[in-house]
Amino acid sequence: MNAIIEEERRLAAAAAAGQPVIVRAEGLTKQVSTPDHDLVIVRQASFQVAAGESVAIVGASGSGKSTLLGLLAGLDVPSAGRVWIDGEDLFAKDEDGRARLRGRLVGFVFQSFQLLPALTAVENVMLPLELAGARDAAARAARVLGQVGLGERLGHYPRQLSGGEQQRVAVARAFATEPKLLFADEPTGNLDSATGAQMIELLFSMNREHGTTLVLVTHDEALADRCDRRIAIAGGVVSA
Amino acid sequence: MKNLSIAMKMLRRNAQAGEAKVLAAALFVAVASVTTVGFFADRVRGALDRQANELLGGDLVVIADHPVPRPFVERAGSDGLDVAATTTFPSMVSGQAGVSLSEIKAVSRSFPLRGRIRVADAPAAPDREAEGSPRPGTVWVGVPLVSRIGAAVGESIRVGNATLTVGAIITREPDSVLDFFGIAPRVLMNEADLAATGLVQVGSRVTYRLLVAGDARAVARYDARVRPRLERGERIEGVRDARSEVRVSLERAQRFLGLASLLSVVLASVAVALAARRFSIRQTDSAAMMRCLGAAQADIFAINAWQFLALAAAGCAAGTLAGFGAQAMLAHWLSAFFTVALPAPGWRPAVQGAVIGMVLVLGFTIPPLLRLRNVPTLRVLRSDIAVAEPSSLVAYALGLGALSALIVWQAGDAKLGGIALGGFAIALGVAAVAGYGLIRALSRLRAGASGPWRYGLANLRRRTGSSLVQVMALGVGIMAMLLLTLVRTDLIVKWQKSMPADMPNRFAINVQTDQLPLVKDYFAGLGLATPDLYPMVRGRLVAIGERAVSPADFEDQRARRLVEREFNLSWAQELRPDNRIVAGAWWKPGASEAQLSVEEGIAKTLSIGVGDTLTWDVGGTRFGAKVTSLRKVEWDSFKANFFVIASPGVLESHPASWITSFHLPAGREEVVNRLVERFPNVSVIDLTAIMGQVKRISDQVSRAVEFVFLFAIAAGLVVLFAAITSTQDERVFEGAVMRTLGASRRQIVLTQLSEFLAIGLLAGLVAAAGAVGLAMVLSERVLGVPYEFDWVVPVAGLLAGGAGVAIAGLLGTRKVVDSPPLAAIRAVT
Repeated sequence: MNAIIEEERRLAAAAAAGQPVIVRAEGLTKQVSTPDHDLVIVRQASFQVAAGESVAIVGASGSGKSTLLGLLAGLDVPSAGRVWIDGEDLFAKDEDGRARLRGRLVGFVFQSFQLLPALTAVENVMLPLELAGARDAAARAARVLGQVGLGERLGHYPRQLSGGEQQRVAVARAFATEPKLLFADEPTGNLDSATGAQMIELLFSMNREHGTTLVLVTHDEALADRCDRRIAIAGGVVSA
Repeated sequence: MKNLSIAMKMLRRNAQAGEAKVLAAALFVAVASVTTVGFFADRVRGALDRQANELLGGDLVVIADHPVPRPFVERAGSDGLDVAATTTFPSMVSGQAGVSLSEIKAVSRSFPLRGRIRVADAPAAPDREAEGSPRPGTVWVGVPLVSRIGAAVGESIRVGNATLTVGAIITREPDSVLDFFGIAPRVLMNEADLAATGLVQVGSRVTYRLLVAGDARAVARYDARVRPRLERGERIEGVRDARSEVRVSLERAQRFLGLASLLSVVLASVAVALAARRFSIRQTDSAAMMRCLGAAQADIFAINAWQFLALAAAGCAAGTLAGFGAQAMLAHWLSAFFTVALPAPGWRPAVQGAVIGMVLVLGFTIPPLLRLRNVPTLRVLRSDIAVAEPSSLVAYALGLGALSALIVWQAGDAKLGGIALGGFAIALGVAAVAGYGLIRALSRLRAGASGPWRYGLANLRRRTGSSLVQVMALGVGIMAMLLLTLVRTDLIVKWQKSMPADMPNRFAINVQTDQLPLVKDYFAGLGLATPDLYPMVRGRLVAIGERAVSPADFEDQRARRLVEREFNLSWAQELRPDNRIVAGAWWKPGASEAQLSVEEGIAKTLSIGVGDTLTWDVGGTRFGAKVTSLRKVEWDSFKANFFVIASPGVLESHPASWITSFHLPAGREEVVNRLVERFPNVSVIDLTAIMGQVKRISDQVSRAVEFVFLFAIAAGLVVLFAAITSTQDERVFEGAVMRTLGASRRQIVLTQLSEFLAIGLLAGLVAAAGAVGLAMVLSERVLGVPYEFDWVVPVAGLLAGGAGVAIAGLLGTRKVVDSPPLAAIRAVT
């Protein structure tokens, strides 16, 4: 098993070496003001992620992992520093520009799934496709749900699905637009270990099939081990 | 006390939350609505109470349709009471500029015994208190007569056969508070001139009053002695039982306004319930934590209850202040009805407002508070542990019960209260069923809708309950406004249009039998159609069959009044085309039996059927006749019609006057002027003026009601905000997820907009359907005009609903669009 993983990693690293950079962070800093003092959550983070690579952001609770991920996806605004996604300067754009870029290039999987409860499984997956103006949204959403093994549950509402099924819908939603880049925040955090393992398989098989770059935040050693590379963060300081 | 101080600290933090604002706003609107009407009603009541004996012109009045018997006058004198007498009747008066119908009041020297008449030298000149009443040979006239007939001070006017000089212009009379019929302005004259006018004749509609005033005990003694000796056509009115028709009709109007104001209370209760529930849900975790830290259930309850009470107190106080300000608007619009200045309102309406505020708070916030009390402590460890929800219907039974009691109390009697309650329930129920059906139907469409519209419609369906409440509350509010504005004017215009062009617009009454050929010749001589003249004999109904008739026998107010007064009886050979037999048969020509035909409505009121023998008293002579038919009368033909018609040979021997109606083309007023000149006893009533007056009154009243219903719309909007607030977190979360998935600002706004637009359009649809349905019933059943569908009503309803809710909704959800996605997701999860 380990040998296979090692082999995969070696191959991926070799591939990445020749690949263009898809995420580049430079001097990324996030600082919040509290009444007593200023708190630096992320300090001067600079690193690169190559296309097709899988990267785990690891660190203790409160180390700033999720904040860093949010900044990379443009869900939050940094106090200083810049991020380029596929060569585009993320924070040179306004909120709408960042949303459009995400719609085009980025998928996102949350720890607590974040499906819209008013929509059925297929409608949840259709959402990013429709937002991007895709014509065959329904068919594509159904196909992706089939790929994650939920082809029979298209019309179910999130409350009618188990936690693992909900997370699979979330993964299908993230991959539906065939993004170049997938961010995942603790994707196995709310799942039991067996379901979590299935989820990891799913993420990496999607990564292989679509050539998607994976950037994920995790506590899960098994998951971190499957990634090509780790970015450790401690006290807001990144060591890539 | 400890709990109170904790509560105040927590309230300072919670006050910024949406539900606290909604709760205060709902109470503000409800209390403002109720106190506006309350303060206004209090002012009118104050005016009536303060001037109760001025209203009568004395402490006690004997009223009769014949001269007050001498013994009553002498008894007053021997009891040491002051007395005054008045004789009132309608008649035409003429001056150099024209003629006008007026209400003549001939008074004795001592009139008025209580209150003072205010007079001026010209309509706009400053007025002053008059000394006593007009001297013989002079009259004081109401303001409208100055311009209408040229009755300025110093000019002469003709009243019947007498020529009298105008001595003053009346600006205020003690014994009239309302000025409904400015078309028959007052002419006040000295009773010494009455005989010279020659106007008091057989068949004239004259009211005689004997006013007495003096020491309270002497008045009471006089009352006790005279009351048992009253005969038919005589009654006594004291200050205490001065529940005159004025008072009754004013109270009825106030009740109606009061009930209208309760609509906003009903709607506000929905907002209060929504806000309290949301408050309770948000406080669940802190309640569990406080329980862990040692707070008893009673402490949790008290801490939260104190917060509600403080919010309620603030809402009620602000609402009462607003109500105090807003009543001035009502008073301003309705001031034309009152000839007296309204005094400042008292404090009672403020108490009423506070009671209503507390009923709302206690009735609709206790169930969610009780829920907090029962929060399991284990929730601090596991937030998925459910809190036992009280069954909502049982929990809110207290509030609903209190609200129902409030409506019945405002209505003043159980029957009207029941009708109002039923009306509110039906309106809300129909709106609920219609709204539910529409929401379901619309959410089916979502599969066909694209992008943001699909998500908006999906949310509409998911929040069916909340969407329904909004559609209902706003729909009922908008419907009330549509009915009062568009539908009302539309119906009036159509009703007026439905009348033929040559419809009679003048009534001439009091034509004497010997003047009949002369009056007919007069019209023929002017080239006008000879009007049909109908005889009129005044008689009192004495018995139906064997049963003697007395007002006390009847429950129904209208029946009582009918029996108290004299009927106008007529006779005819032929059945007129605007009358139709609905039971029995019209008499055959030459039939010798004394027969009667009775109008069906009055027959029902007095329980008269075909075959009954009615006994009448005409001028002291009694006779009986059998009812052989019931008739339906088209009253809006504006021709003289009669409740009771006798077959030929029954009434001819009794003294009669004649009545006619005719159409006077515009610009031919001289026809009336010369008719009155030639026949001074004839009175001409101008129907156009009356209809104008009725329209003016209906305009003013409905403006007041519209004003009150504005509060209902405001309450509907508060419900909307309550619903938005209660779904705010969900919306912020959904907005953030969509942002993460690449949604632009425009797409998020569109999603929100589509949901609100749908709610608004559905509310507009419910309102328009309700308004059109009611308009149809009113038009066909009440006015008898075929209903014509008017596109303006639904379009206005949809526009008002759609645009209003969309704007309010977007304002209420700005936060959804403006929050950065990560912060929003973190705040919620």
